[in-house]
Amino acid sequence: MIEISKVSKVFGSGDAAVAALKDVDATIQENEFFTLLGPSGCGKTTLLRLIAGFDHPTGGTIRLAGDDITYLPPNKRPVNTVFQNYALFPHMTVAGNIAFGLEMLGQSKTQIAETVDKMLDLVQMQALRNRYTTEISGGQQQRVALARALAPQPKVLLLDEPLSALDLKLRKEMQIELKRLQSETGITFVFVTHDQEEALTMSDRIAVMRDGHILQVGSPRDIYNHPVDRFVADFIGETNFLTARVAGKKVKLTSGDVIAAGDVSRHGEGAEVTVAVRPEQVRIGEAGAKGGIAATVNQTVYFGTDTHIHLKLGDGSDLVARLQSPPSGESGLSQGAAVSVQFTDGAVQVLES
Amino acid sequence: MSTSLEKQRARDGWLLSAPALVLLVFAAAGPLLIVATYAFLTPGDYSGVVWDFTLKAWFQVLFERDIFDDSISMADAHLSIFWRSIRLSLLTTILTFLFGLPTAWFIATRPAKQRAAWLFLITIPFWTNLLIRTFAIMEVIRYDGLLNKALLGIGLIETPLRIMYTDTAVLIGMTYVYLPLMVLPMFAAIDRLDIRLIEASYDLYATRLKVLTKIILPIVRPGIIAGSILVFVPSIGAYVTPRVLGGGKKMMVGNFIELQFGAGRNWPLGAALSLILLLIVSVALIFYVRVSTRSDSDG
Ligand SMILES: Nc1ncnc2c1ncn2[C@@H]1O[C@H](COP(=O)(O)OP(=O)(O)OP(=O)(O)O)[C@@H](O)[C@H]1O
Ligand SMILES: [Mg+2]
Repeated sequence: MIEISKVSKVFGSGDAAVAALKDVDATIQENEFFTLLGPSGCGKTTLLRLIAGFDHPTGGTIRLAGDDITYLPPNKRPVNTVFQNYALFPHMTVAGNIAFGLEMLGQSKTQIAETVDKMLDLVQMQALRNRYTTEISGGQQQRVALARALAPQPKVLLLDEPLSALDLKLRKEMQIELKRLQSETGITFVFVTHDQEEALTMSDRIAVMRDGHILQVGSPRDIYNHPVDRFVADFIGETNFLTARVAGKKVKLTSGDVIAAGDVSRHGEGAEVTVAVRPEQVRIGEAGAKGGIAATVNQTVYFGTDTHIHLKLGDGSDLVARLQSPPSGESGLSQGAAVSVQFTDGAVQVLES
Repeated sequence: MSTSLEKQRARDGWLLSAPALVLLVFAAAGPLLIVATYAFLTPGDYSGVVWDFTLKAWFQVLFERDIFDDSISMADAHLSIFWRSIRLSLLTTILTFLFGLPTAWFIATRPAKQRAAWLFLITIPFWTNLLIRTFAIMEVIRYDGLLNKALLGIGLIETPLRIMYTDTAVLIGMTYVYLPLMVLPMFAAIDRLDIRLIEASYDLYATRLKVLTKIILPIVRPGIIAGSILVFVPSIGAYVTPRVLGGGKKMMVGNFIELQFGAGRNWPLGAALSLILLLIVSVALIFYVRVSTRSDSDG
């Protein structure tokens, strides 16, 4: 659907030049919920603006359904945007905002009225249709922005952190609603967020970005379970990193323990690697259990549903385990207690670099 | 308890607004009352007024009596002066808008650091005496002035243009003099305009023209209206610019009023003309209040 090839974007020139995107390649499929995820300043908005046509790349091409749209102005692209601050027209009503794109496309009055009506139903804003957009709440504005962008039935909908201004509860509701809208309309969504949880729950595929690069593209499960590097693993959820050396098909931790790990074939025998283990994949057993790694409890932190156990291995490296809190709330692990640690099968990932 | 407190509040309110009230009475209401009274008196032989109540001044505004046969006819000269004033002021307003919109847009889209400098440049003429500014314009448009020299130089014309002492000269002068009054409020309005609204409309298939007419103009409308009033009101009462650039023949209301208090020795007529001018300005202001409140309620 959208093919982004070798796209780069430099702002300014000379000493003040900022490379916001560096040779970005990505292909976004039809009907996909595609998310750009990354920390602040990594170039998410820049990439979105290039797809929308507000700005042009300094290099590379962008294709939409096979056509080169790199330099096409925004009003000629079947692409609509939901802006981070919504950018609703303050001199128009809710209905007026939704109708705007349709009017610009030169649709007939009856056709416009019909679509606007349908959109108002879709985002449940029928009751407020004649209000000015300055007279409605943030969550309502968000829905109007969504309806306005959906009304012209674009091929692609771009959303730049549309939920960031909402409180947690409304945000969760809107996440579900957005997902529903996407599957109902069949429109390709390109969604920008720096919230990893949001990305994991909503996306078909996620592109993790950093410093103008796309580090990894994959399904939420892919990215969560097989992060390519330390940055991705760290950015998506919490992770334990341990240093190890390749020993046959297994790895040997600095603590001396040899454990089974994912694919080590990329690395030579004895090479130093970083392995990653999610805290929820760490099992704690009685000290001395067979096949376990000796550890001592450093601290327990109660999080309600979960309890985090901070452990120290023999060589002093840190490891966090996440356990479901028992009904009493007491994990029964006191500071200084000697335990043994095991990892769930397949939980230990060897990072590429 | 509470009522005595309220009484005190009310008393304090009056006390606090006393300076403003004094100013209003002596600087606004008083002089206005004097002018209104003079308009119904008889002119003195050499100047001033005689306390004889009459409607003659108002009669003279519209009609004149022939000195030979006493026949009454419309005072065409007076009407044409009013018509010229209104026409030139409206044209000035339109021209300052046409030049002012791109200027204000340009300034508002400069980086924040540069903006103060551009605004300063626009307002420099303000710190200069009006008469000097008007003479400067005269230097430009005079028969052997800069404009003609330049046009002759590049061969666009063969004989110099006669601009001085025409309506065009007055129009050029007033447009130049009042341009900052149009630019500043429009700048303020454009500065508040969120650039993302333009992007949003462009994203929603608006052409550049539609972006201008459907988004930019409606949103900066309050600034346009304020600028138009700020230009129109002083234009219609302008005195110096039409005097210098229009000469004695191309009079505007301001010059005509001055004439009545000076060489014309007809203070009541001058007073009546002043009141009519005030009426025109009031109509413009009422129009302003109407359209600007409507923009609040129905956008
Ligand atoms: N118009 C511009 N001029 C100069 N530099 C810019 C411009 N727009 C963005 N940048 C720079 O490009 C880089 C990427 O910016 P971008 O807005 O794409 O980040 P982002 O990933 O959207 O961040 P955030 O999550 O904070 O919105 C940043 O270093 C930013 O400072
Ligand atoms: Mg951004």
